[in-house]
Amino acid sequence: MAMTTGRSAARDTGVVVILGALLVLGLPLVADTNMLTLLVIYGMLALSLGLIWGFGGILCFGQAAFFGLGAYTFAIAGINIGESTLPLVLSVLVPAAVAALLGAFMFYGRLGDVYLAVITLVFSLILFRWLNTTAGPAYVIGNARLGGFNGIPGFPLLNVPGYPRWELWGDPLYYVAAVALLVVFLLVSWLLRSSFGRIAIGIRENEERVSLLGYDIRARKTVLFAIGAGIAGLAGALFAAWAEVVTPSLFSLQQSAEIIIWCIVGGLGTRFGPVLGAAVVTSVKITLGGQAMLDNMLVLGLILVLFVLFLPRGIAPELARLWAWAIGGNRKPVRRRAPRGGVADG
Amino acid sequence: MDLSVVILIEVLYAIASLALISAGLAVVFGMMKVINLAHGEFMVLGGYATITAVGLGVNIFIAMLIIAPIVVGLFGLVVERLVFRHLYGRMIDTMLASWGLSLMMIGGFKMIFGNTTTGVAGPIPGFSVGNYQVNGYNLFVIVVSVLLLVAMVAVLRGTRFGLVARGTMQRSDMAAAMGHSPDRVYMTTFALGSALAGLAGGVMAPLVGLVPTAGAAFIAKAFITVIAGGPVLVAGLASAAGTFGLVNQVFSFLVSPVVGDVALLVAAVVLLRLIPRGITSRFFRGRI
Amino acid sequence: MAETVLETEGLTMRFGGVTAVDGVSLKVRARELRCLIGPNGAGKSTCFKCLCGLLKPTEGHVFLRGEETTGWDPHRIAAMGVGIKMQVSSVMDGLSVQENIWMAARRHNDTGAATAKAEEVIDRLALGPIARTDLGRLAHGERQRVELGLVMAQDPWLVLLDEPAAGMTGEEVTRMAEIIHEMTRSAAVVVVEHDMQFIRSLASTVTVFHRGRVLVEDHVDRVMADPVVRDVYLGKQA
Repeated sequence: MAMTTGRSAARDTGVVVILGALLVLGLPLVADTNMLTLLVIYGMLALSLGLIWGFGGILCFGQAAFFGLGAYTFAIAGINIGESTLPLVLSVLVPAAVAALLGAFMFYGRLGDVYLAVITLVFSLILFRWLNTTAGPAYVIGNARLGGFNGIPGFPLLNVPGYPRWELWGDPLYYVAAVALLVVFLLVSWLLRSSFGRIAIGIRENEERVSLLGYDIRARKTVLFAIGAGIAGLAGALFAAWAEVVTPSLFSLQQSAEIIIWCIVGGLGTRFGPVLGAAVVTSVKITLGGQAMLDNMLVLGLILVLFVLFLPRGIAPELARLWAWAIGGNRKPVRRRAPRGGVADG
Repeated sequence: MDLSVVILIEVLYAIASLALISAGLAVVFGMMKVINLAHGEFMVLGGYATITAVGLGVNIFIAMLIIAPIVVGLFGLVVERLVFRHLYGRMIDTMLASWGLSLMMIGGFKMIFGNTTTGVAGPIPGFSVGNYQVNGYNLFVIVVSVLLLVAMVAVLRGTRFGLVARGTMQRSDMAAAMGHSPDRVYMTTFALGSALAGLAGGVMAPLVGLVPTAGAAFIAKAFITVIAGGPVLVAGLASAAGTFGLVNQVFSFLVSPVVGDVALLVAAVVLLRLIPRGITSRFFRGRI
Repeated sequence: MAETVLETEGLTMRFGGVTAVDGVSLKVRARELRCLIGPNGAGKSTCFKCLCGLLKPTEGHVFLRGEETTGWDPHRIAAMGVGIKMQVSSVMDGLSVQENIWMAARRHNDTGAATAKAEEVIDRLALGPIARTDLGRLAHGERQRVELGLVMAQDPWLVLLDEPAAGMTGEEVTRMAEIIHEMTRSAAVVVVEHDMQFIRSLASTVTVFHRGRVLVEDHVDRVMADPVVRDVYLGKQA
């Protein structure tokens, strides 16, 4: 994470691009692209929470709300506009704007961790409840009926910009989503190297001290929260394009819980961890879906409990240590305190 | 006139049920500053315990008032020893682990009881006030809730455990310094809180169709009631439940039950923004 | 006469029925070194917190370089060019010494200049050997030194220090006094302290607090000789 010089930044970018390109091109050889698309989308969603929680110290229990908002914006705007380029942009901007409002409301009120968790959780619950009641014909936005519990089907899918009839699905959608994830990943890396990102990490470490250095932490946290929401919104739009339907379950508590599980399993305070966590947990979930012995949620819950108890820093730091050991072991990876409150070192 | 009596009963019932479903969570949060996100599933477990016991021929009142708290209290004791004991002082981790536990329990319920609605008939017949029908069981819930709050005050004021508990709530380090092992206090508290959740689940069982995922509806309400109540246990519970119950019923009556629920959540958000440390951080300071 | 950089007028802070600070009026000039002293509970730390915005005074006014800052948030006061160090050492534990100091320097410099500034401060405070170490791994005295580094890196014209020598060894205290004197070349420094030996070594003007009010204000040597001050410190009624 200590990426201070331009040279190491360039090297970091190079490594990410090369590894990313290899993965994007290589994975379809071993797995089904339909499932890979979902993993990529969830990876992006995990990255959005990993950014604000792992680096900004903002634990949002309702990140699914912004995912859902992005998906609904994509669907509703698509139906009204008739193509998907502008809706894709809106599906980033709308959640970001909503998060900026909600964030300002919370951060300028100096709410502590737990209270932040309650408000974000309640916020997604309100959206979930309300959307479930919008079944009647009275609930329309432009030409789009909200459809209550059943959600909105039949909106324009992702298309080549300017050519509404060239819709992207199947393999092309996978490549678009995977490249989008790679670009978002690079942007997040750049953000974390920037002054804004480094000060955000300082705020995670010691809010009061950073404010005594003259930084307005309320504004900075609000902006970071909005950026995270924008990324979640983009993931939501891609999800809508993949699933071809949006339903209120996108806003559910279980969806929010899963995002948190991905981050914990992968490793907080790392960029790659949450993406990896999303891929691993979702693969496990899909595999389990094929059998009837064990319930899905039982296993997900067990994974969360076991990680919190025994591996609170997640997989990524362990992999990094393994890697360092494998290539010679003279360079010990920097072990940092886990960003969550009070996790013992080790 | 009849209508106002009915509305009064409805409002009182809303307040009483909020206090009832939040009591267990409030005890655990107040004493240990631990938010147990599996609280809703603990309640559902109490509900299933009640229904199973009734199915085996046990009297329903014994099932809900005795068997459900014992079963859930013991369950709480076990998970406290297995999981939470290792996480004290790590608030966020405890919250996450309890969320994991909640998911596990939902999965477990699905495997054991099936993903269907189970129910038990209410043991108290309804009666009419003028032209309106009132659910007699609602009155029972009000009585149980009032008795529960009175009992909590009595225990906190009058017993040795209550004294230690109040000390721990104020300053856990001091209580430990005076020779009360926080480990034991926490274990007892968690088991008690779980038993209260079981009681609430048992009492609510005849009113709600029990499904494995029913806990989610309880936890959100209990969570915000406890947080909005703030640091003082009983007064916080009563004042927050009073505020939210009133808001909920007024909007349910004026618009619809769903709007009532949404209004409750909105009220919680606004209240927390105005008084971030809860109602009793500003009023009722130093009470219990 | 140098300009007045810090001024308070009738500063009063009440907590419920207790008046912790009672009508304090102070004036500190540019590049002056001023110690606020007094026994425990005299109100000096509360006064300090009102100056840096951590408490909003009940009554009275605070002026910094002629601008009224009463009730401002700490970050706005710090952003004016005021360096603040609280009593309890407060740093970014998970970050290295260099990253901590860089963050302080970055507030008033662009990225490149902040890196250079951090380099300079690390040299001045002889922190070079531990520049890449996380703060969480450092000893108490080193952490205090890094925190002074944070203050220096801001290039302040006013420095507010709350008990900077608390918990330090003799040698570290001497070094701290040197650093503080060096700071007065470019900034006014206000030190809250009750360690008399340390105050003597600073040899400055001191303001003695007693029961929330200013008792005397004079050079340290004359204050030490004052029988009233001695009585206050020894616990007799003044």
